Amino acid sequence: MSRASITKAHTKIQELSWDPTYVEPVEKYATDYTFEKAPKKDPLKQVLRSYFPMEEEKDNRVFGAMDGAIRGNMFRQVQERWMEWQKLFLSIIPFPEISAARAMPLAIGAVPNPELHNGLAIQMIDEVRHSTIQMNLKRLYMNHYVDPAGFDISEKGFANCYAGTIGRQFGEGFITGDAITAANVYLTIVAETAFTNVLFVAMPGEAAANGDYLLPTVFHSVQSDESRHISNGYSIILMALADERNRQLLERDLRYAWWNNHCVVDAAIGTFIEYGTKDRRKDRESYAEMWRRWIYDDYYRSYLVPLEKYGLTVPHDLVEESWNRIWNKGYVHEVAQFFATGWFANYWRIDAMDDTDFEWFEDKYPGWYDKYGKWWEKYSELGVRNGHNPIAFEAEANYEYPHRCWSCMVPCLIREDMVVDEVDGQVRTYCSETCHWTDAVAFRPEYQGRPTPAMGKLTGKREWETLYHGMDVADIMTELGYVRDDGKTLVPQPHLDLNPKKMWTLDQVRGNTLQSPNVLLNEMSKEDRDKHVAQYKAGGPAGRPAPAPAEA
Amino acid sequence: MSTTTEDGGKKERNVPKPVFTDAEAGSQEFPSSTSRSYNYFTPAKRRASVYEDVTFDVQPDPERHLTQGWIYGFADGSSGYPKEWTALKSTDWHQFRDPNEEWEQTIYRNNANVVRQVQHNIANAKAAHSFAQWNRNWVDIVAKHVSAFAHGEQGIGMYVYTPAQRDAPTNMINNALAVGAVHKLRFAQDIILYNLDLSEEIESFDGQAHKETWQSDPVWQGVRRNIEQLTATRDWAEAFFATAVVYEPLVGELFRSGFVMQVAALQGDFTTPTLMGSGESDTAREQRGARALFGMLAEDPEHGEANKATMRDWLAAWTPVSVEAARLLQPIWSQLSEKAVRFEDSLERSQARFEGLLSDIGIETPKEAQTV
Repeated sequence: MSRASITKAHTKIQELSWDPTYVEPVEKYATDYTFEKAPKKDPLKQVLRSYFPMEEEKDNRVFGAMDGAIRGNMFRQVQERWMEWQKLFLSIIPFPEISAARAMPLAIGAVPNPELHNGLAIQMIDEVRHSTIQMNLKRLYMNHYVDPAGFDISEKGFANCYAGTIGRQFGEGFITGDAITAANVYLTIVAETAFTNVLFVAMPGEAAANGDYLLPTVFHSVQSDESRHISNGYSIILMALADERNRQLLERDLRYAWWNNHCVVDAAIGTFIEYGTKDRRKDRESYAEMWRRWIYDDYYRSYLVPLEKYGLTVPHDLVEESWNRIWNKGYVHEVAQFFATGWFANYWRIDAMDDTDFEWFEDKYPGWYDKYGKWWEKYSELGVRNGHNPIAFEAEANYEYPHRCWSCMVPCLIREDMVVDEVDGQVRTYCSETCHWTDAVAFRPEYQGRPTPAMGKLTGKREWETLYHGMDVADIMTELGYVRDDGKTLVPQPHLDLNPKKMWTLDQVRGNTLQSPNVLLNEMSKEDRDKHVAQYKAGGPAGRPAPAPAEA
Repeated sequence: MSTTTEDGGKKERNVPKPVFTDAEAGSQEFPSSTSRSYNYFTPAKRRASVYEDVTFDVQPDPERHLTQGWIYGFADGSSGYPKEWTALKSTDWHQFRDPNEEWEQTIYRNNANVVRQVQHNIANAKAAHSFAQWNRNWVDIVAKHVSAFAHGEQGIGMYVYTPAQRDAPTNMINNALAVGAVHKLRFAQDIILYNLDLSEEIESFDGQAHKETWQSDPVWQGVRRNIEQLTATRDWAEAFFATAVVYEPLVGELFRSGFVMQVAALQGDFTTPTLMGSGESDTAREQRGARALFGMLAEDPEHGEANKATMRDWLAAWTPVSVEAARLLQPIWSQLSEKAVRFEDSLERSQARFEGLLSDIGIETPKEAQTV
């Protein structure tokens, strides 16, 4: 269709809406935001007549590339290190995608603007597309990559692994709670507009460098739909800003959404890009450099800051602190180290960093080796199956298993920043002041003296370790289903060697008991707990315990 | 692009180097090296279909593998996909499979095909100047009534099926509802854009008449009331049932098949029936899903009887609404200059379709649900 006919068609389809007179509108999904009717436009003029053939053409290209990859034996060139992390990533991402589809009626119900409803409904089916096309990509990996274990239990792993639960916020956060908090601020304004850049643009670039050109094919096809979604979100936030009563809520929600996205997405994607790659060319961008470009410059400075003139309170302090965590506090490195420490409870394999990796990290993050190098050498040494325990259970690793953040569920890895508080009758740990605020202040039915009856709650068994406190690791792995088809070899491994004699089995992890840091913390007397917390906060970097205080 | 060094030599570009890793399936044997199917769900048949593979368990469930439970809740404490959002109950909601097996590839293939077919038909009709053959009366009926029908389809797509796809407890049900939603929205847009084409092709065609017809013409007020009541229904299964099982055969099909597709040819119109046929085809797909879902719930070993009772209550509530909507449409049949079908005959056909659908689901047509 020509541009002129699209404009005419788009104008015409606006005639389809009407004002109901036989029923009172039903609030299906509650919000504390208020919207007045406003003639906000859909600048992208979305019409299904042009949408379906366009997407079909995009699909044809994706499926053509998939056929080509198989015919061209792409898997002879993919890096196993990279593919292993896809077992985690591709188990998580179809859920956020489908959750975005489910979120659309939340936004439609809250915003009285039929023109925007059309765009949101198209986004709904886009997201069904994304979820199923990603599941299909994973299916292809499972069929053609050397080690299918982990892909074969994919959505089960997502549902019962600690790492899947961290990722699940980026999905559940779209569909539950205050409709605008979830479906607009968290989903569109922050997750899609800011963080899909590193998810769907930066990560595919890294995939290609590791011999995988299917991930870029699928994810760029997905990303080409995102501009329409960003446009949907932008129109809604402008409508929200038009009402003074919303500004306090927007300030709250932007702080929560920004910080949670930073905690979750930077943890995961940062790890995949920095620790899942074999491309160690010095002039390839680090995650920190990508973040600075895609998120700080393109999103924060070019998108968010200009909204200040419409009355939006931008969380400058949190943006700067996110950068500070990535650049100065080693956030991504700490997370990657934790994933590797916890290899025994994963459903993918993680190999050790080697000298080539060390050199690259030192070049990109000066001082990296002094903090993390020794630990990775120890990880390599303890990855060999020769009678010792997984690294998490060996004191010589010099690593204190971390407390978990109650809000973002990533562990409290920047030890000095941990906040401890008794909330809802339970002693909880938080990775940061903002995560503490999220639980104790933001997700409550009152905010700064104002009733917020539609605001959601943090629920569930939020510390994974609580479920298995006091259990033997071999029993945990059996219960989780992370055991290969011989009934004893583990799906996860601390190396990439597929020689069955070198692969860890249930026998090598049996005899180690997992303990929940949160259960132990709650069992302590206040005095012991204060001492423990002070000691914990004095620890790090790289999880190193602080020296024990001298006896008085 | 190539670059050269100062001494004229060729400078090597800094790009990732291909590395032979031999990481393809079958290159090594080890535990699970042949485990190449998703093994966390039981397929409906011996082998999982692509549709099942890309849809099952993507929306997790604490009753399956979700050990930590839902991690966000609504203000009232409910979370995730509460099963209490419908009065119907199931011993295993995950048994449902969409008979249409809709996933990414089928959605775009089918809808793009429909778009192309509709466009070709209209283009051919324009080229053949066939709109000039329409009698004056029919031009008016298409401008007012056929076009007014688009509003109802838009209402179902946007405000019935779209919210319903948030609410059902499994990904299989929600995806089927999402596809139903875009079918309706596409069809509504196809009708109203056809209206735009006709405005440009037929001088006497009033492209705006449909708005007043839908909003105020007594003939359409029953349909509008029915649609608006559907949009205000909180129980997602009730909304789906009252739409696909009750409204569609009694009102939607009555108008599309029982009227437009029966009479248009006699008025010199071969284009409008093809457009209506695409909507009918979409509806048949949604009805296959409804049959499978409500049939499964009616046969549930534990909750079947209670579910049937609930569905009977819904029939008692919604059938009179849709029957009234249907009967109010009767004057349109009388506006034809060339009579092809009687309203009562069309309604009888709809009644038979309605009863057939109920029989497939496994519930008898209750007395209050008799239409004729």
